[in-house]
Amino acid sequence: METMSPIERVLRALALTLVVVFFMFPIFWIFLMSFQTNETILAIPPSIVFSPTLSNYAALITGKLQTAAGTLDIAFMRNLGNSIFLSTASVAVALVLGVPAAYAFARHKFKGSEDIAFTLLSFRFAPPLLVLLPLTQYFQWLGLSNTYFGLIWVYQLICLPLILWIVRGYFEDISADVEYAYRIAGHSWFATFRKIALPLAGPGIAAAGLLAFIFAWNNFVFALVLASADKQPVTVGALAFITSSGIQYGQIASAIVLSVTPTLALALYAQRYLVEGLSLGAVKG
Amino acid sequence: MTDTALLIRDVDKFYGPVDYGVHAVKKLNMDVRKGEIIALLGSSGCGKTSTLRMIAGFEAVSRGTISLGGREVQTFAPVRRNVAMAFEGYSLYPPLTVRENIAFALKASKLSQSVVDDKVAGIAKLLEIEDILGRYPSSISGGQQQRASLGRALIRDASLHLLDEPMGQLEPQLRAVLRGRIKHYIKERELTAILVTHDQTEANALADRIAVMEGGVLQQFDTPQKIKERPANLFTGTFVGEPPMNVFEASITGSEAKVSFGLKDGVRLEYPASDFSHAVRDALMKRQKVVLGIRPYAVRRSADGVSGRVAVNQWLGDQTHIAADFAGGTMVLVEHDRTELAVGQPIGIRLDPSSLHVFDGDSGKAISHGVELA
Repeated sequence: METMSPIERVLRALALTLVVVFFMFPIFWIFLMSFQTNETILAIPPSIVFSPTLSNYAALITGKLQTAAGTLDIAFMRNLGNSIFLSTASVAVALVLGVPAAYAFARHKFKGSEDIAFTLLSFRFAPPLLVLLPLTQYFQWLGLSNTYFGLIWVYQLICLPLILWIVRGYFEDISADVEYAYRIAGHSWFATFRKIALPLAGPGIAAAGLLAFIFAWNNFVFALVLASADKQPVTVGALAFITSSGIQYGQIASAIVLSVTPTLALALYAQRYLVEGLSLGAVKG
Repeated sequence: MTDTALLIRDVDKFYGPVDYGVHAVKKLNMDVRKGEIIALLGSSGCGKTSTLRMIAGFEAVSRGTISLGGREVQTFAPVRRNVAMAFEGYSLYPPLTVRENIAFALKASKLSQSVVDDKVAGIAKLLEIEDILGRYPSSISGGQQQRASLGRALIRDASLHLLDEPMGQLEPQLRAVLRGRIKHYIKERELTAILVTHDQTEANALADRIAVMEGGVLQQFDTPQKIKERPANLFTGTFVGEPPMNVFEASITGSEAKVSFGLKDGVRLEYPASDFSHAVRDALMKRQKVVLGIRPYAVRRSADGVSGRVAVNQWLGDQTHIAADFAGGTMVLVEHDRTELAVGQPIGIRLDPSSLHVFDGDSGKAISHGVELA
């Protein structure tokens, strides 16, 4: 690395701090908001000195939302459960279908294989709303509206192309000869897939899975249209905080904190594997 | 039948659609006996690696049959062929140490741990990799990885060992030592091996027979000595041998008394008819255009020879390479003593009829080697 003059170093640190503050401040503020009542949040000027309250979290967890107009029932914890279930199940299905497909696309080039892979990617080109109209119709005919099965199926539009394309790249990077070496030592192609290809592409699969999870978690419009209250994820459920007697900022903030936690935990957990993957990736053929 | 390890019959390999794709291997026929070491020799893209991979089962055979130990295997998965292979790109398993990589090849054989340990120790000693057995592939050099990969292939008790450029990454001294040891190892265990190489020294040193390939076609399949002394065609003649064979296009005229080759620039080589057998003379007289070939170490200097002019004179420490302008081309001579010849100096060159190789001018097929028919 080049040596920097002290002034450059200070400026660099300053610039970095600015960027960090810019991106982290909203999250920090929301975290503070989640421990405040609507009154202190809306106080002018805002203050970071306040007496913290757990009432927001209590309301979310008990499902009783206190408003000026009375007590409302909200299903936040159920929404959170739905989000976790829908995202996990969607990613699991996408991994089971997508990873072998990615392997097939990476290793067996056949006439039209590129076209098929491209078609799968093209699912992501159209705006979701465009797909939604016909989908709503079909789902009603098929009786799939407002079912977990139907939602997980639709979520494959989000997860499957992502996993397929990312993981395919990782499989292509593995030298085919490493697999041949294993096969010639007396193993079937399926054993080779499990014992050589999967572990070597592991970090890529983890990264793709994590990304697909985040996309599925953040999806709003599919669930809004295709699911009713008891199947809705948090992204849709958060609409309940806009009540007739005002917006419940404190509860929205705590809801955000709660709904970010699972994704954050997963990302931190997966990070270990991602880093491990980088060091393994340094091995050449 | 029992002593045939490998039988290749009329094998074609196309990349892409059969008959329309790239024709990488053309109508290949080969027999390998048990206990033989075969070298597939050729330049890049000649089809030698495709051939090896078809034998291993990594490439589909477009046409023809491959038999191992009397069974046709061209449709079998690699796992059912019982062959071992060392890959040019090493292809060690990254998460395993060198020791585990080598021992891994024995897993399917269900040997006891102590036998496996002994075998690994033996092969590690042979390949001089004992000190890196505990290391991971990512932390050792290319040459060490190559030896580990070679060890992983040689340790197996397979019916055929395929070695793809097994020593390309090794230092010259180590290569020379290992060649001898590996040959001994293979012969002692009566293994059958096919190695792919573009290094003719390696092919000569290791192989019982060499298969020279070019453009997907097997040019010649014979012992190293035969390939050197009796090349089947112009390609083999010029490809094998270092420095390469000198070649000159020539037209033939002859009479009862003499045979005369007309080269470029009006150079004429005349030999009494008695220098050649009847059969050779008849064969030569049927043709007008031929190519004359002579090995650099067979060219002699002589005061009454055809005149040439020294262009380059290099003493290589143990031999002299002289390049002379001759008949519109270059004639290379190898001599074992240091020769004081200035550049530009005229020399007389004599081409002994007994060391002349004559090839057909159109097909490149050999007509005669010295005084005998090809």
